[in-house]
Amino acid sequence: MGLGISILLLGLWTPEDQKRNLGYAVILALGMILAGSFLLDGSRPLYAFGRMFVLDEFALFFKRFFMVAALIVLVLSMSSARQLAGGIAEYYAFVLFALAGMMFAASVNHFALLFVSLELITVTFYVLTGYRCHRVRSLEAGIKYLIMGGLSSAFLVYGMALVYGTSGVLGFDALHDQMAALGSSRVFLAGLILILVGIAFKIAVVPFQMWTPDVYQGSPTPTAAFLAVGSKAAGFAVLLRLLFFAVPEITLKWKLGWLAVSVLTILYGSLGAIPQRNLSRLMGYSSIAHAGFLMLGLATVSQAGVAAMLFYLGAYLFSVLAVFTVLSLVMEEADVQDVDALAALNRRSPLLAMTLAVAMASLAGVPLLAGFFGKFLVIKAVVSQFPASPYYAAAMWAAGLGILASMYFYFGVIQAAFWGKPIPETDNQTIALAPPVRCAIYVCLAGMVFFGLFPGWLMHWAQQAAGICPWR
Amino acid sequence: MSPLTYILGIPLVAAVALLFVPPTQRVTVRALAVLATFITMVFAVKLFLQFHAGAAGFQFEQEWTWVRALDIRYHVGVDGINIGLILMGALVAFAAACVSWDIRDREKEFYILLLLMTGGILGAFASLDLFFFYCFHELALVPTFIMIGVWGRGENKNYATFQIILYLSLGALVSLIGLLMLYLQAGAQSFDLVAIAAHLKQHPLPVAAQRTIFPLLLFGFGILVSLWPFHSWAPLGYSAAPTATAMLHAGVIKKFGLYGLIRIALPLMPQGAQAWVSVLAWLCLGNILYCGLVAMRQGDLNRLLGNASVAHMGFVFLGIASLNLIGLTGAVVVMVAHGLLAALTFGLSGYLYQQTRTLELGALGGLLRPMPFFGAVLVMAMLAGCGVPGFGNFVGETLVFFGAWKPFPLPTILAAWGALIIGAVFMLRAIRTMMHGPLPPAWAGLLDVKSLWRKLPFAVLLAALLGLGCFPGLLTDKIQPSAQEILKNATETAPGIPALRSR
Repeated sequence: MGLGISILLLGLWTPEDQKRNLGYAVILALGMILAGSFLLDGSRPLYAFGRMFVLDEFALFFKRFFMVAALIVLVLSMSSARQLAGGIAEYYAFVLFALAGMMFAASVNHFALLFVSLELITVTFYVLTGYRCHRVRSLEAGIKYLIMGGLSSAFLVYGMALVYGTSGVLGFDALHDQMAALGSSRVFLAGLILILVGIAFKIAVVPFQMWTPDVYQGSPTPTAAFLAVGSKAAGFAVLLRLLFFAVPEITLKWKLGWLAVSVLTILYGSLGAIPQRNLSRLMGYSSIAHAGFLMLGLATVSQAGVAAMLFYLGAYLFSVLAVFTVLSLVMEEADVQDVDALAALNRRSPLLAMTLAVAMASLAGVPLLAGFFGKFLVIKAVVSQFPASPYYAAAMWAAGLGILASMYFYFGVIQAAFWGKPIPETDNQTIALAPPVRCAIYVCLAGMVFFGLFPGWLMHWAQQAAGICPWR
Repeated sequence: MSPLTYILGIPLVAAVALLFVPPTQRVTVRALAVLATFITMVFAVKLFLQFHAGAAGFQFEQEWTWVRALDIRYHVGVDGINIGLILMGALVAFAAACVSWDIRDREKEFYILLLLMTGGILGAFASLDLFFFYCFHELALVPTFIMIGVWGRGENKNYATFQIILYLSLGALVSLIGLLMLYLQAGAQSFDLVAIAAHLKQHPLPVAAQRTIFPLLLFGFGILVSLWPFHSWAPLGYSAAPTATAMLHAGVIKKFGLYGLIRIALPLMPQGAQAWVSVLAWLCLGNILYCGLVAMRQGDLNRLLGNASVAHMGFVFLGIASLNLIGLTGAVVVMVAHGLLAALTFGLSGYLYQQTRTLELGALGGLLRPMPFFGAVLVMAMLAGCGVPGFGNFVGETLVFFGAWKPFPLPTILAAWGALIIGAVFMLRAIRTMMHGPLPPAWAGLLDVKSLWRKLPFAVLLAALLGLGCFPGLLTDKIQPSAQEILKNATETAPGIPALRSR
């Protein structure tokens, strides 16, 4: 937070042409904070603000996750500085504010903090999505996100009111203690459902996912990247905390509900992406499909499932950021968002083409990349639940259909990049890569390949963090 | 370091090394790729000769723990079943690298992808861990897609490449679910095959579980091997693919599913196998008869070879379905022989395509006159495909028929008819139309395979086929003890016919 405000202030005094370089300062500072986080040990949970804020393995995992995401998004925004003419220093500051909201979201232990953190993220994104206010598309995306955000906040607050009314407490610990009494109260369950609806808007699962493709299409690319990775992960962090810390027994009872939502989301996202020609919309639909996979991991209601979700998120982070980096560089040149803009990419920049291919392969689930191992863990968790209920087998087949459909459009992007027919707007100039962007690309590539070939570390962290789930 | 690690590692390391070679250094790129596959081939031959037939367990093993939490290990080893396959894979990979001299555009990417495919499939054959077994095979997926899309032929290569990718992914997904269910049901807490097998000896899988998991593996792997009726991707894909890709795919990668059935499904789920082999025996007739008949009607050489290749897979399925020693040995021999044969025929058709730009049988004719070497090799390859003695295919097919006669007499009769009559019809018809008869003036100036370098890949594959046909004991002596081991569990109710006489 402090960093964000200081950047805002610094921006006042920096001359126009130097503002972009403020980004270096921010990245450096953020990098130091990230390094510092590795000195913290989360094995014994620490509490603050009257047990509202908890710092444990789960929180640390997500905090590091958000910081890595923000670092790469900042690099992306530095390279797109020309388009963010509204004020690049302010853009950095807003990214930092959103990051602060996400860091709080990782540590929620109380409904008030949940609301505050989600609101901080949402409000910041209102501005970030509509940042290119000279373009109608961006304004439209901003308005859509505003309406969606407002709606989700309304659901959240109403649900929290009902929960408070029936239980008298807002803290997750206290709520957990009252579970036995409250589990059958209809009003309480209704309140819980409303809260879940509010969170579901954030993570874009069916039936609250309609806004995603439009907003991704309209927002500036760094914002879309941060939305796809940060905002979604923040929603899941909050969801996991709520479901497994506060109301674990209810989570177990509603297994079929989670299964149904996940299957519908996977199918909607995968099948909806097939006809897309606009790259940002395609990534929007794909992010819906991935949210569905994460929900599938949730639906197993087991530690293995939660660990799988966390690993999947880690792989997703690098893959999606890699894709958005490439997209922002390519689309910036031609100002075209169509898939054909990728044509002849491997002549214009072999590095970008290879990164895109690796990232698409990772998202599709091609082995020896991080994305595959994430999917593998989720599938394994689901298969291990087969004896528990036949619906898991049905969900597995639906997920399989989703995987195949998603392969079609992911490989379609690879096809466009490697042997697509060029359109006149894309000239065959080589794309120049500034050093920070090159660095970001290497980091994403390294992440995908390293965690694919040597998943042990990420698995270890994920399993440590998955300790919040009480069932194996 | 086990030689197996070198065999699968050298192509992968070479692929990474090629990333750093500038694309303008064409000679270096080609030389590196050919050298890498040559060294792999040498190691594979050495391994084959050093292998002790009949020794218990696996040889040349190497084991590294990879993910401790799930007990996934990098565990490679050979026994009689996969030693032949690894040798065949290395030979085909070398031939494929040599044959690709016609790729003039973006050779660097082409050879990187080729080496990735090679490393992947050799790793899959050598792997003794379920996870790596699956992963190494999937390593071939993206290279196939890009190779067919960029360097493929025909107007519908895009359709062909998407079809092949999606179909193979479907098969892979079904088999992944089967493998995961096996892992979870076995209860050994490990993905390592040896560990699972040892655990299952003490606590065999319940029959109901076997009957559920075996068909998943059967159909999952079956789709990967173009089991009828899931075979339509193969002829289209192979005719659209560049030569080297078709050689590797039809020759080597297709055997992965069969190897999976023999290595994983048969020994670990014997009662499941016994319940399903009758279905398999009748389905394989679909391969042999249906695809054979389709091949008879093909006017394009590559489509004909693609359908023929699918038809030959039927013999392997029949051998597996027989569940006895002779049948299973024959199945493995057919796998090795067919790998060499498919690579040889696709390599030859690729050579022809470069010059004539068409593979329509109707447009070709009398080619033995301008191209004697090429013609001779092609005639020998086609005869091998018919099952003529002297080539490895004869050995394998005969063993399969003898083995499958006892449990499935009627399918065996139909399969023999399919092999001899239908196979002969389409192979000999192709020879007559292409090689003999009047020579159209357009093809009078065709160049034969002249230089040693160009002759080498074909010579290597042909020599291997002849060697396997004339001295089959070299391979069957190695296969037999391992096949016996695999069938020990499955043959409680169906005792095997006495062992083959060794020389």
